[in-house]
Amino acid sequence: MAVDLEQPKETVASGERRHRSFSPRYPGWLTSPSLFYYAIFFLGPLAILVAFSLATQTGFDSISYGFDTSQFHLVTDPLYLKIFYRTLVMAATGSLLTILVGYPIAYWMARYLTTYKLLALLLILVPFWTSFLIRTYALKIILDPNGYLAKNLGIDIMFTKYAVGVGLVYNYLPLFIIPVFASLERMDWSLVEAATDLGAKPFNAFRQITLRLTMPGVVTGALLVFIPMSGEYIIPNILSGGNYEFVGNVIGDQFSSAQNQPFGSAMSISLMIALSGFVALYILFATKEERFGA
Amino acid sequence: MPRRRRIVTPKRAFTAWAAVVFAFLYLPIAVMVLFAFNKPSPAALEGFTGANVCDLPPSQVGNVTVWNGFTTCWFNAGLHDPTYIPAILTSAKIAAAAAIVSTLLGLGAALALARMNKFVRAPFDSLVYLTLVVPEIVIAVASLIFFVQIRNYVPFFPQLGAWTIFLGQVVFGASLSMLVIRARFVGMGDSLEEAGYDLGSGRLETFRQITLPRLFPAIVSAALLSFTFSFDDYVLPAFTNGTTNTWPIVLYSAVRFGITPAVNALATLMLLATAFAIVITGLVLRRSRVTTAVEFEAPDAPITVR
Repeated sequence: MAVDLEQPKETVASGERRHRSFSPRYPGWLTSPSLFYYAIFFLGPLAILVAFSLATQTGFDSISYGFDTSQFHLVTDPLYLKIFYRTLVMAATGSLLTILVGYPIAYWMARYLTTYKLLALLLILVPFWTSFLIRTYALKIILDPNGYLAKNLGIDIMFTKYAVGVGLVYNYLPLFIIPVFASLERMDWSLVEAATDLGAKPFNAFRQITLRLTMPGVVTGALLVFIPMSGEYIIPNILSGGNYEFVGNVIGDQFSSAQNQPFGSAMSISLMIALSGFVALYILFATKEERFGA
Repeated sequence: MPRRRRIVTPKRAFTAWAAVVFAFLYLPIAVMVLFAFNKPSPAALEGFTGANVCDLPPSQVGNVTVWNGFTTCWFNAGLHDPTYIPAILTSAKIAAAAAIVSTLLGLGAALALARMNKFVRAPFDSLVYLTLVVPEIVIAVASLIFFVQIRNYVPFFPQLGAWTIFLGQVVFGASLSMLVIRARFVGMGDSLEEAGYDLGSGRLETFRQITLPRLFPAIVSAALLSFTFSFDDYVLPAFTNGTTNTWPIVLYSAVRFGITPAVNALATLMLLATAFAIVITGLVLRRSRVTTAVEFEAPDAPITVR
């Protein structure tokens, strides 16, 4: 799908160059409404978040701006560092499981399906059209201590990190499958054919060609699930019943019940700093992929 | 040499795995539908003398996460619920407004960016991806502070409520729309537009008669995606809603503090409506696929004799 527009398509089959007098462009000012919008409603809130994280709480609902780094010192308290560590480990585990579960599905769709390819894609997407909360609640019913799994199969994991893990994989699986499927679709399968024709074992052909060519898609997909998993708020809340809080829950609490907004802001900034490397990597891969395909 | 027939072929192994995963994906949805038909717990019904078991107040239906028996009355109860229905309507209104504005912003940016110099495009792209990957909880609390503080400087700025939910959601929606529309726009090449210009039509004319109709499927899917995202979004509205109740907010408090199967019933109805809409869209797209197929044949690359 992605076509490189950097190089104007001027080459004719014979290799001669045809001079192109004109290339349709749209005026650059068309970006200004969205740029303006992002500046106010995206960068604006982030800027004030930084200001708040450095402010001092002077009363229950009042603060004074300044350059007070004490909230950041509080973030490095072992109690909160433990929550950061736990969140990132859970998100990494969740992403890894998502890759292991999801890659074979994307592969199966791209490799073996023809007539039903679109249907399979649709079936992957349909869960997105039922409420996220309802689906997580349904998981809660399935994992209920009095439910079938717990009573008859002895799988009683509700309100533990395992329930949170199941919730993460369940909710983010489609988000991973879609980009990986797209890169498998763009891949030139005749390369695999050539490799096997030249005597490569199927697994080696897969490892050396398919896996390598789809690696950018896998990295993009994995980051696309890892980053929001690290900021997850609802899943740990519902499935761990408060037993297994993520950083997102600590942040949320500062704004809903605890009312320590400078500390909540400092936690938010710290989360963004912790994730910044992954975010940068994601942006790099996502913008690159659009240019080179596969 | 004839090949030996194997019982476990890679294809079969993958298909079996796919079956397991699809079961995993759909089990919770099946449970959601099934539990829309669940009765209140026997303990809750003990002293109950009314004719309709679904008349029990939500706090008294007892444990409905285990199966208690079959009833269909929750569908009626859900459709007449005084909290759920207004919340669903509020969510639908916000989502529709967010989808329209997001798609317009995204369309403008997609058109201009697709054919822009890469040094201008790269920073803008990074900003767009950033809006998509910054954890939503961070955006939510930042927007909360922003919307509260801005009223100190801009007195006519709307108070926390439906408006602020809408304003916050458009950021994400615009980025989503931009990416969806641009992918299509880049994919379709510019030869037909060039032909339009060559044949003497002006900029606007070409846009209206060539570009817009060909982009239409992408515009529709961008709008639908933005709508879905906004309608289902919990985290941002939970912090910027003021006193406005959206459907996910009502759902969340139901999940935390006592849910009734009426919620499952409403969710089931919405799933049915969505499935119906998908089938209709599929049928419409199948009809229009003929035209898309022709477009695909239209050579962007020069014709070569095979």
